[in-house]
Formats: sequence, C-alpha cells, structure tokens
Amino acid sequence: MIDQIVTARLYKSMLLIRRIELRIAEIYHTDAIKSPVHLSVGQESIAVGVCDALEKDDIVSNTYRCHATYIAKGGDLNSMMAELYGKETGCAGGKAGSMHLVDIKNGVMGASAVVGTTIPVAAGYALAMQKEALLTGRRRVIVALCGDGGTEEGCFYETINFAALKKLPIIFVVENNRLAIHTPLEKRWATERLCERIETYGIKTYKIDDADVFKIREIMTNAIAAIREGTSGPIFIECATYRWLEHVGPLDDHSDSYRDTAEYQSWKDKDQITRLANMLDVETRTQVENEVTLLIQDAEKFAEESSYPAAEELYTHVYAN
Amino acid sequence: MFTQTKEDIQQHSNTRLIRYVDALREAFEEEMARDPKVFLFGLDVDDHKGIQGSTVGLKEKFGADRVFGTPLSEDAMTGVAIGAAMAGLRPIHVHIRMDFMLLCMNQLINMAAKSHYIYNGQVQVPLVVRTMIGRSWGQGGQHSQALHSLFMHIPGLKVVAPANAHDAKGCMISAIRDNNPVIFIEHRLLYSTEGYVPTESYAVPLGKARILTEGTDITIVAISHMVMEALRAKKHLEAIGINAEVIDPVTLWPLDMDTIMQSVKKTKRLLVIDNAWLTCGASSEILTRALEICQEDDIAIPSMSRMGFAPTTCPTTRPLENLFYPNGRTIAVKAHQMVNGKKAGLWEPAIDAKTEIDAFKGPF
Repeated sequence: MIDQIVTARLYKSMLLIRRIELRIAEIYHTDAIKSPVHLSVGQESIAVGVCDALEKDDIVSNTYRCHATYIAKGGDLNSMMAELYGKETGCAGGKAGSMHLVDIKNGVMGASAVVGTTIPVAAGYALAMQKEALLTGRRRVIVALCGDGGTEEGCFYETINFAALKKLPIIFVVENNRLAIHTPLEKRWATERLCERIETYGIKTYKIDDADVFKIREIMTNAIAAIREGTSGPIFIECATYRWLEHVGPLDDHSDSYRDTAEYQSWKDKDQITRLANMLDVETRTQVENEVTLLIQDAEKFAEESSYPAAEELYTHVYAN
Repeated sequence: MFTQTKEDIQQHSNTRLIRYVDALREAFEEEMARDPKVFLFGLDVDDHKGIQGSTVGLKEKFGADRVFGTPLSEDAMTGVAIGAAMAGLRPIHVHIRMDFMLLCMNQLINMAAKSHYIYNGQVQVPLVVRTMIGRSWGQGGQHSQALHSLFMHIPGLKVVAPANAHDAKGCMISAIRDNNPVIFIEHRLLYSTEGYVPTESYAVPLGKARILTEGTDITIVAISHMVMEALRAKKHLEAIGINAEVIDPVTLWPLDMDTIMQSVKKTKRLLVIDNAWLTCGASSEILTRALEICQEDDIAIPSMSRMGFAPTTCPTTRPLENLFYPNGRTIAVKAHQMVNGKKAGLWEPAIDAKTEIDAFKGPF
C-alpha cells in the first residue's frame, strides 16, 4: 500500500514540472523568455523519483534539460522563471538562462550546455563529500544525471572508472530517452547493454523500463541508504523514458516523422502524472492542482515584475575576490 | 645566471640558493600544512620520482588522501578538480606536459573559467593547474608546446609563468590562495635553475610584472624560459654599449601593462620575446595593448617588434630545434637592429657559454 501523502507529494512535484513547462511552451512565442529551453515534458517521473529520496543537503548535478530536477530538488521556482526571463532576480542573476539552473543552498549544483560535462564535476563534489564525511560523520550523496547521449562522451567512462576506484558517494542516473537531438539510439550505440558495461567497473546497476516513479524512488532510497551506511560506493541507474516535445523549444515535433507515434502513445498510456492523479481522492487532487496553479502564477508574475540586471552586472563575477 | 632582482633577495632575512623545482615543493609543503583544504593530484604525483622532485615526500607528510595519483583521464580529472573546488576544497592538479591540457579544454574553458560568472557568484573555483612545458633533448612536437595564449584568451582564468625559483614559490602560494582557476606554467628547463628563496612563506602577487634589470635603450619583455635568453641578450648588448631593460611579466593574465609602459616611455623601444608562437599569442596581446595605450594617452608610438617560436611544429633534431627557438644571440641582434636602425650593420654576438639547454639530458 502506497502512502497517500507520498503519492500526493510526488504528484504535486511532477504536476508542477509538467504544468510550468507547458506554460513556458505556451508563452514562448511572446519572446519574454529569451533562452533556449529543453523541456522535460514526459520525463518528470525520473527527476521526482530521484530527488524525493534525497535530503536537502544532498546534491544533484544536471544536464541542460534541467528544469525538472531543479524543481524536484527544491530549487526556487520564482528564481527559475526569472532566470528564463533574464531578470536580475533569476537564480543566476539572468546571466545563465535555462540551461544552467543553479540553487546551491537547495543542493542544485548547476548544469552545463555541453553534454556530459557535469558528470566529472559531480564526481569532484563527491570526492569533497567523501573527505567531509571523515570529519562530520555524515555521508551526503550526489546524483549525477545525464542522458543516453551523455554516456557517449569520454568523460562519462573516465568518471565511472574514477568513481568506482575511489568508491565515491555518487549515484549516476541516466535518463535514456533514446534520442540525441534527432538521432536515435540505434544509430549511436553498438549494443544497448549499458548496465552490463558499467557492471564491469564493479558498480551495482539498476535498469527501470517503465519510468515508474515509485520504483525509481525505492531504488534511490535503498541506494542512498547503502551509501550513507558506508557499504556502497557509486551506484548506477538507467531509466527509460520518452521526450514528448522537440529537443529544444516548445513544440511537439511528432509531425517531423523521425519518431514512432505508437511508441509515443505507449508512453502516454503509462504517464506517471495521469497514473498518480487516479490514485488520489478528488479532494486531495484538486487541492494539489490548485496549489500548483498558484505557484506557477506567482512565478510568472515574479519574473514579469522583476527588473533586468543593471549594465554594470556585465562585469561582476568574472573573477572571484 | 640569476633571473631575479637584488631587492627581492634582500627583502627577506633567511634566503638560500635552491632550485626552482625545490622552491615549488616548499610552496606545496607550506600551503598544505597551513590549509587542510589543499590537496594535490595527477598522474605520478605520488610515485618515487615525484614530478621531477616537486612533490617528493608530500604523500608521506600529508597522507594518500591529500596527495594521490590518478588514472590519466585528463578530461574527467579536470572536472573532478573543478567539482572539488566548487565544493570548497583547493585542488592542485598536475600535468607532466602541457600538451596533455588539450584534453582538458572543455572542463577548463566551459566549467572552470565560467562557473563563478554563470552561477552569479554562488560558487568559486579555487583551482591550480600545474603544467610543464617541455623542451630540448628531442621532446618534439607534442611534448614542448607552450599554450599559454589559449588560456589568456578566456575570461575567468588566470595564467602565471614564473621564470625563477623565488617567483615559483611565491606565485604558487598566491595561486593556491587565489579563489579563481590559475593555470600555473612551469618550464622544464627552469627546474634545475637556482635562485635565492626565503625559507618563510611569502606570496608574490599575481598580476605584477618584474623589472629584472634596468636599462635605457630598449625594453625587452620576455616570457617563461625566454627570460633567461633575454638576460643573455642583455649581456651581449652591453658589450656594444646598448643598455636593455628586461621585464618578466610573471603573470600573463591579468597582464601588468603599467610596468611595461613605464619602461617603454623611457626606452621608446619594445621587443617582446615569447616562449611560444607569435600568431594570436601573448606577444600579439602585449604589442596591441602597448599600441592602444599609446593612442589613448597620446604617447609617441615606440618602435616595436617580437620574437618567438618558428611558425612550424617543433622538430626533434638538435640543429633544427636550435633554429626553432629564439636565443640570447638572436635576441641581441634584433635589439641591436631596433636601437641602431638600418645603420646597424652586421653584428655577431660572442658564442654563449654552456647553457641550461646544453646541460639538459633526457629522457624526461
């Protein structure tokens, strides 16, 4: 029996991500958001399943498709929207845009626009956390997210090896949507036995085929517990998923004919947001939906009403003092 | 040959003559003792040879947690250094040859240089990347490159290339304490050169050039190992009555143009000797800045020239390798021509005594 409180919480987080991204898509044509957006619509359950198992002082490191994990980890929603609008109140003062959402105090490490780049950076954080644990006794963990494309970068395997060698407190999560921009996995991978490849480094792996948010959360919870107990180093999780929209931008591009609409339908049929909505009583569901609506309205208003950065901001933070 | 000033030697009470490489080791030892956040890693830093001796004994003193070898994986190891720095540690990442840094460019340029800015000051990247320029004894095209201008180009990075033991220690201490990524360039041929180095800890401020010898006729700005060649040139020039002022920028970015321009205003001649190729290089930057400053401040434009690596890949065979690099004699001839113009005529400086280049024996 799954706890209604947990279900409501996961539902709220996934719905917030879905709705705010669809709102971003809806207003994108107004050009208020002058930043390329890589939307996670359809992939929300991974971010939410992963982040729900983390504590506030644990960390996630992101890809450029980072709205979902930023929100799921507790990143400030107003600051996110303001960042997309290029406003001074944005999470990076308007200097970074959609592809580099950051909220250090809530454990969002940041993200890179260059595929795979944050994977070793996350391992560096993990190294620092491992050293910190020797002093504090508290083992924090970091989750390094990447897509299937990220696993094709050299630094991915370099990092997997180093993390296994040093038994770092890191969980690698691959969001496998089988697309690198428009190029399918079949054209990019010699075999699909990714978990097997990772296991040869001595890393425990998990593969989830249906993006079940509870399953993801449970595997994460157990993985984190093992790391906190000091009985496990890196852990690897591959989650199958499906990108409902185009690679970058607000549109559904299924009419571009490079994708299988039957596959799309199969993923819509197992959509975790619809699934969890049906698990909640009407009252709870309505309450959650109203809360989400308000959060989004507030974020949009906050972004619109905030100011653009002053001219002198161009030169702040080029170098640290 | 001492590539440091009398004032630097005199301002400390306890100095002794030690090698560049040992001065570096002292900097690591002092900073690691001072700050537990400092750690040093890279291929072979903890082996029996310890990066030409620069890291010998550190693992024994500070433990394998703070001094450790790594898989090669230069790309990911740079990312690891950046992540650790963002998380509050102060890593020193070591490359035995600068050529391998080409494998790290994504991390250095996209992450190290930009994170403080992109995250609007929420993180800092206090990282030192030690990197060694090889030369001589046939190091060849992929073991001798000096790529400092690539890093000078990128806002967010600092680039330092000390040319003597005193500055090696003092700049390393500054680099470790700096809250930015610092590319710390060491020249293999400087490792065995000796200088007067204080026993105590001291910081040489980054972004400050050094006037090594004062002169009135021409300003020679020389980078890294070329400082030694420029000082040899100065001696040759003295023999024919030309008095050269030799300046070591020490830090290549941020560049101390004030010191250079003060000298140029006096000498009216500026010769830049880079330890690298010329095109889009440090010499291009220094000469361009000099020209801009002259125009902005309405100063008469000085006579300007530059020398550096031949625009070829570095060959291994000694006769061609010798032609590839500027040396004290070729620099002296160029300076002579700049000072005396077309009437300079042919002049051949005396043959140099045996240099650190001749003394170097391989294989590494």
